[in-house]
Amino acid sequence: MKDWPLWEVFIRSSNGLHHKHAGSLHAPDNEVALKNARDVYTRRNEGVSIWVVESKHVHASDPSDAEAFFEPAKDKIYRHPTFYDLPDEVKHI
Amino acid sequence: MNQSLFKYSLHLGDNALIIGHRLSEWCGHGPVLEQDIALTNIALDFVGQARMWFQYAGEIEGKGRTEDDLAYLRLERDYTNCLLTEQTNGHWGKTILRQYLYDVYNYQLYEDLMESQDERIAAIAVKSIKEIAYHREFSTDWLYRLSGGTEESQQKMQEALDELYHYAGELVEHFSWEQELAQQGLIQRRENPGEAYFSIINHEMDRAGLDVPYDRPMQTGGRTGLHTEHMGFILTELQYMQRTYPGVEW
Repeated sequence: MKDWPLWEVFIRSSNGLHHKHAGSLHAPDNEVALKNARDVYTRRNEGVSIWVVESKHVHASDPSDAEAFFEPAKDKIYRHPTFYDLPDEVKHI
Repeated sequence: MNQSLFKYSLHLGDNALIIGHRLSEWCGHGPVLEQDIALTNIALDFVGQARMWFQYAGEIEGKGRTEDDLAYLRLERDYTNCLLTEQTNGHWGKTILRQYLYDVYNYQLYEDLMESQDERIAAIAVKSIKEIAYHREFSTDWLYRLSGGTEESQQKMQEALDELYHYAGELVEHFSWEQELAQQGLIQRRENPGEAYFSIINHEMDRAGLDVPYDRPMQTGGRTGLHTEHMGFILTELQYMQRTYPGVEW
């Protein structure tokens, strides 16, 4: 059991919402990973759907690249759609 | 008071309470965190089912006994759980095998109880069967994994089967309360529960590559209060708080 790979767990809390990362766990294969995720992460009625992905398949950005990756977006506030007035009648924006 | 209905509700509660208690003993001792919590969840399902049966039994009896009184303040001979439920956890594989033998029976039983003419029995069964379906899936999955795992895991599962198989027969015995309730039209058990049960069990054991010890005589007694030596130890632990601090709440 020491050799069991790590899995990342994503839970959809209700229909219509997207899956969110809930945590990780160990399991020998995808079937057990799903069952384990059900037992560890949905026991308080947190979810209606589960995804599991073996952690080795998740490719993460490198913290040392953070400046090049994220700094350039910081001074481009015009990319947020906040520079025009919305009529009051428009809802849900 | 309907004596048969009272005794049958108690019996169903006792089965759930005792196997639930056994599973709860794994809390903090599971082989890995994920399975520790999985078994604890299942244990809680059983304790929840036990509560519903004890509440109903208390109401039928009408003497004001609560679910706690029935769970904690009876003597060993008054408990009518089947012998299988009180067998020790042993290693992980033995717990899985015990659970598998029980879950197949339990699913079949609750399928029948859902058809009960007694509304309360039917309601409890409908609520519980989803939990039981998951229990059965869980234990079946692990049964195959362990029996088809390594040579050592296969051997341990075989030993567990040799140790537990002769307690399976009692689960599907014809029993007086059931027959009386069937005559009263309150419950309907399938024609031959034993045949249905063992055709599944024996077939699955064969598929899992385990040898069924057909020559072992089946043990019985739990339903009439004649328990194995393990029962006293379970009750000692289970009842300790209520015996030491009567009426304690938390």
